[in-house]
Amino acid sequence: MSNKDAYWEKTKNHMLVTLALWAFFSLVVFMFGSELNTMSFLGYPLAYYMTAQGSLLAFVIILFWTANKQEKIDEEHGFSERGDD
Amino acid sequence: MFKGDFIKNLPKIYGTYTGGFLVFIILMAIAEQAGVSAKNIGVMFVAFTVCIYALIGYLSRTINVDAYYVAGRQVPTVFNGMATAADWMSGASFVALAGGVYFGGYTYMAFLVGWTGGYVLVATLMAPYLRKFGCYTVPDFIGTRYGGNLVRACSVFVLFIASFTYVTAQINATGTIASRALGIPFEAGVWVGLVSILICSMLGGMRAVTWTQVAQYIVLIIAYLIPVFWISSNVGGGIFPHLMLGDEVARLGELEQQFGLVKNSAADMKAAGVPGGLKYISGSHSGVPEGGMAVWKYLSLAICMMVGTASLPHILMRYFTTPSVRAARKSVAWSLFFIFLLYSSAPMLATLSKLALMDPNLPTGIIGKSISEVQSIEWVQRWSEVKQVFIADFNGDGILQLNEWFMRGDVVVLATPEVAGLPFVISGLVFAGGMAAAMSTADGLVLAISNALSHDIYYKIIDPKADTAKRLLVARVLLVIIGAAGAYIASFRLTSILGSVAWAFDFAMSGLFFPLVLGVWWKRATRQGAIAGIIAGIVSGTLYLTWVFPKFSVPMWGGVNDPFLGIDHLRFGLIGAPICLVVMVVVSLMTKEPSPSVQKMVDDTRIPTGKPILGKQ
Repeated sequence: MSNKDAYWEKTKNHMLVTLALWAFFSLVVFMFGSELNTMSFLGYPLAYYMTAQGSLLAFVIILFWTANKQEKIDEEHGFSERGDD
Repeated sequence: MFKGDFIKNLPKIYGTYTGGFLVFIILMAIAEQAGVSAKNIGVMFVAFTVCIYALIGYLSRTINVDAYYVAGRQVPTVFNGMATAADWMSGASFVALAGGVYFGGYTYMAFLVGWTGGYVLVATLMAPYLRKFGCYTVPDFIGTRYGGNLVRACSVFVLFIASFTYVTAQINATGTIASRALGIPFEAGVWVGLVSILICSMLGGMRAVTWTQVAQYIVLIIAYLIPVFWISSNVGGGIFPHLMLGDEVARLGELEQQFGLVKNSAADMKAAGVPGGLKYISGSHSGVPEGGMAVWKYLSLAICMMVGTASLPHILMRYFTTPSVRAARKSVAWSLFFIFLLYSSAPMLATLSKLALMDPNLPTGIIGKSISEVQSIEWVQRWSEVKQVFIADFNGDGILQLNEWFMRGDVVVLATPEVAGLPFVISGLVFAGGMAAAMSTADGLVLAISNALSHDIYYKIIDPKADTAKRLLVARVLLVIIGAAGAYIASFRLTSILGSVAWAFDFAMSGLFFPLVLGVWWKRATRQGAIAGIIAGIVSGTLYLTWVFPKFSVPMWGGVNDPFLGIDHLRFGLIGAPICLVVMVVVSLMTKEPSPSVQKMVDDTRIPTGKPILGKQ
């Protein structure tokens, strides 16, 4: 397998992991809304907390994590940009 | 000022700007103490900020194509994040989001998840690859990847429908806020709004829009957060409401039990003369509705908004402006961080303002009091006069019940500072924030449409030999035409025929999502597949919309139809997008696989380093 193919393989897997996390916080959590709402977090009912703040925060964290992880994959395969950003 | 080390000086420039704005707020507070009228303070807030944006727009003027279309691809990560956040958060987000949560509670908050979660799709599936591609517009990617004028024109068509649906609502919001803040008629407000929008975008295209959007983000976030924190500490919610409102949410649950959540019949509301657009509380604030259908309604709405987010061209094109692929990825993360600051505050504002009105133990509480007493409150009188609040005594007992209090959603943001006893300077600030939010989104949308028409239709299809001066002239003329068309529709209040802004998301996801994703992630996708997919998606989605939306279905289909599987007019993308996917895959597999040169183009798109596919055009 060429370096490019190996890179794309890893990038694809990383994409799938990111989308799995995304699906968990955007969809799976809210499939169990009424069950989660019996628990509480910071004094809020849990499902209410997730839709008002929790999932939103999770998305922000996922995005920073996924960008950093992807940069590591870039570096490993020598596709890292010399950026001035 | 905008040359050489301008980029290095950005933190200093915007730091000074933020400081200057805070000083201006303090000056206004002093002016209020000195007896300047509330109305004049509102006028000064809006006039001052709009003049600053116009100045930035003027200073960013350019005659360079790369600067006009993609801001010279030199916008640093964090600043692009702020610009995207302003581009994203519309006048509707600013003034109506908290109101939506106020009335809709948990069910409505599917929008919050949908309008943030979509950025994960943007970052993983789209932004870095479109940046590497080096296109000027979204149809530029589709037209080059699949090849040919027809597929390019199809994607411009979808972009036009989606963005134009959205832009009229934004110009409408700009007009509403300008008219309220300046005390002029709505129709005049719309044209004032349009002129402000054009000044910011016409001379400098994407470069000007970028730097005004950063300035607008700073104003809008200050204008949103100061009142939230202040109100919270005023009504006893604690200094950091995001972490401290657990008791308040629980108390709202108790009060809902005590007052009862009653649904009014349409006939009763009509008989009482409730003005259109006003709502009352009939759903639980934090309770989750029971049943599989309720869960599906929540999830389906979130899916449509998320997938739609990842297909909206005015958002995707913001990531064409970063210096590198890596910066594009990081920039998506920063965008969502800046959006999160406002979106996570909206439910807190809704909670505080709901409690302020509902809790009989608070001095501001009105539910459960006698109607004559409530009607004598000053802010109730003022907002009643302009038909923004309304009281209907259905049971005739002279006591205000929860279902007898009607209010427009915007009032939650615009009036809560007043209700909670904050000085008027805060209301002026809120007007400036709302104006910034509406203008920044309208700017981005008008530019997305006119860039697609000028670059993809005029330059790429009609006159590929046009020189730079001619291309930029066409781009600017189109910008004015699109803006004026939007304002024309808005000023005649024809926006109701365009329905909800949610439609823009559904249109975009029906016709653009899969052609964009598969363009990068599936080499086998062919031109014929893309053309068939775009047409099938947008046509089936639109037909379903006409079938399910009563205003269209009665004349077109001869009656009102029940939504299929709960897919109503807000969710019609769930019909269009899957059809687009299936048709695109089937037709692609039936046609000859793309040529080696196209496959190599896709390979190069996937790697961050190396030359972009499209260089300077």
